[in-house]
Amino acid sequence: MVHIKRLQEDGIDNIVIIGEIDASSSIELDLTIAKSVGEKFTKIVVDCTALEYISSAGLGVFMSYIEEFKDKKISMVIFGMKEKVANTFGILGLADLLHICNTKKEAKTLVNELSV
Amino acid sequence: MRTKAIIRLAFLGSIVAWMVLVFSDVTVLFSDIKGLQPDVPLWLPRVMLDLFVISLYYYYKYKIEKDEALNFTDLLWKVFATGLVVTVVSLALRLILFLLGDTKLPSNVIFVDIIYQVNLALLISFLLAAYTSWKRLILYQKSKWLIRMWIVFELSLFIVLIYDSVNFMVGEAFSVSLSFALGLLALVLCGNMKWVAYLNFKQKWTSLLLLLLTFFYLGYFFYTVSRQSDFISAQSGAFLDFREHIFNISLFAFVVTYSVFSFLVILFNLPTSSVFEQKLEEVVNFQRISQSIQTEQSEESVYNILLESSVSSVFADAAWLEIDGTNKEHRLFTYQITEKEATDIRDHLRNKNVKGILDQGSDRTRNLSSHLASLKGSRYRSLLAFPIIVKGQTIGTLALLKELPEGFNKEMTRIVSTFSNQAGISIENFRLMEEAFQNERYKEELKIAKNVQKSLLPDRLESDPDFEISAFSESADEVGGDYYDTIRINDHQVALIIADVSGKGTTAAFHMSQMKGIFHSLAQQELDPKEFMVRANQALIFCLERGSFISATYFVINTRTKTILYARAGHCPVLYYSAEANSSGYLKDRGKALGMIKNKDYCNHIETNTLPYLPGDIMVLYTDGITEAKDQKGEEFGNERLAKILCETTDKSPAAIQDYLIRKLYEYSGTEEINDDYTTMIVKFR
Repeated sequence: MVHIKRLQEDGIDNIVIIGEIDASSSIELDLTIAKSVGEKFTKIVVDCTALEYISSAGLGVFMSYIEEFKDKKISMVIFGMKEKVANTFGILGLADLLHICNTKKEAKTLVNELSV
Repeated sequence: MRTKAIIRLAFLGSIVAWMVLVFSDVTVLFSDIKGLQPDVPLWLPRVMLDLFVISLYYYYKYKIEKDEALNFTDLLWKVFATGLVVTVVSLALRLILFLLGDTKLPSNVIFVDIIYQVNLALLISFLLAAYTSWKRLILYQKSKWLIRMWIVFELSLFIVLIYDSVNFMVGEAFSVSLSFALGLLALVLCGNMKWVAYLNFKQKWTSLLLLLLTFFYLGYFFYTVSRQSDFISAQSGAFLDFREHIFNISLFAFVVTYSVFSFLVILFNLPTSSVFEQKLEEVVNFQRISQSIQTEQSEESVYNILLESSVSSVFADAAWLEIDGTNKEHRLFTYQITEKEATDIRDHLRNKNVKGILDQGSDRTRNLSSHLASLKGSRYRSLLAFPIIVKGQTIGTLALLKELPEGFNKEMTRIVSTFSNQAGISIENFRLMEEAFQNERYKEELKIAKNVQKSLLPDRLESDPDFEISAFSESADEVGGDYYDTIRINDHQVALIIADVSGKGTTAAFHMSQMKGIFHSLAQQELDPKEFMVRANQALIFCLERGSFISATYFVINTRTKTILYARAGHCPVLYYSAEANSSGYLKDRGKALGMIKNKDYCNHIETNTLPYLPGDIMVLYTDGITEAKDQKGEEFGNERLAKILCETTDKSPAAIQDYLIRKLYEYSGTEEINDDYTTMIVKFR
């Protein structure tokens, strides 16, 4: 079960993921990101502080947007991942394809820098 | 059988008692007139009267009270029929008296007494019949208190009956207060009229008629018996007037009071009976809607029932039901209105920009009548519209029309809203059921997919004097995407692969079969692991859909150089046990999963690693299902535990290590049911 919230501040779309993302709940994550893109946000910050687990399907969602973001000049920064979750990103080699940092502050700074 | 016997016995008893009563009464009367000492004791007639009353009471108790088949009008009918019979008998006696004319016999006290006794018996039996019927009506919806009160009333009547017959006069005051108390109790009991509400209009009329005739019988008998007793008591002092019996009077008063009450209550209920019938119909309609899911075959019938029920409940002149179906198909059910008229009204309201329910964008129920007035050529003056909501979504609108202005009241609004809510629930249930069937079908398909997937895994693994391989794969209910395979490239090279397709289900199995094809075609070409991965990635980026990828590790074991060449594409790191160092560890290296980078850049994201092996070394390949297996507390199995378990069994064969590992895994998760795929491939060098 996952609960995904969106919060907009300073032109940045904050996506907060609470819970676990598996094959079925990854659809929800996909929809949320698609909605954000649809609303023309160019700065997206994903809050993973409350993300307990992510399956390969969930990682696939992040992965699937890499190309699209590059084309549309959208920058996305993920922050606050627990060690276990970060490990999953690392094993797949997804860690260096995405922008990942530790705190929200860092994430906001990074997302602003990237979109310049 | 027993009841029948009791009825007969009671009837026989009453007749015998009555015969003795007449005989003894006549004897007493005769002796009194002639101034003689009677041969029978003076108390005999009274006791016989008691016996007669008690026998008759039991007769009716079993005949009327215990007969469950009787309904309200049947009960009234029984009273009426009894009354008819006794009145006809009494009238026949009158006729005889009339025919006898001026002869001496009619003025004979003894003869009159006999006639009187017959009439009295008829009256009492009629009263008891009525009493028993009223008892059933009063106790129709009984409560504990009502039953207690009735028992007190019945016991008091019994005491009064005995009191009357012992001829032990306590005093006028006592009799009066006793009668008063009885009367009060009877009055309270007479207030129980709940059964009236259950009569329909026709039954009420029937009941009124039957009660009217009952009044007639009562009046007639009271008059006849009173006249006769006046006549006899004028001639003899020993005669006891029935009116001096508190029992007779109480019984009579009770029957009359309840009859009057019933009559009045039914009369005043007549105008409202249609409302009760309406309510009953609503309940029935409601049941139809809620049960339609079990009996009917389609949503269509639910809509039809909803339309019919709503129309009949609020007496609408016309109605329509507009549905935007699941497949976006648009349907319109109409009642007494053409489709054109309905759409005209709807479009009119839409043009008027009425933010009501008809635009289906709002769930507010509204009486939209005021807007109808502005539509020319429409005969309708009242409109009521309701949304039909399924799973929080408005799927349709129910609109009811009337030609009268202000034609719908609050009550109607409430009932139709209940109907439409229930219809929504029925449709939701219906859809859930359909979904369940669909799911069943999917499950079957998944089973087939699972078999296909199983068949993609190799039956036999390569073996070599240098190493031994053992593999295991078990998938959860869903089809998994774990894949492993081996292939001999040449006499000194063997290729191994372990892969995990992201996601589950049939697509995962499908991608797995693609991976198998790629492995079998590319491995033959003696490629360097990195080159293998680059080519595999190139092949897969056109096959994998958005968001899908495959993590894999590809190995080439070279027995001539005693080395392992491998490339890890995002797969779980290899657990390697070195016999020389007697320690195990995970091989840290870099590499991205296949399908993640959809261009030629991929060669920069993958590398070939070389590793020499020595006899006794063990290589454990696995998928994330193993390390992510959870225990009861939700804690993962983890890499450390896996490494520790390997260290415990390094001296065993790969098959034994694998068995041990899997056993430990099941022990850890504490259940036989797995929710992910467990796949391992263990290579032991020698």
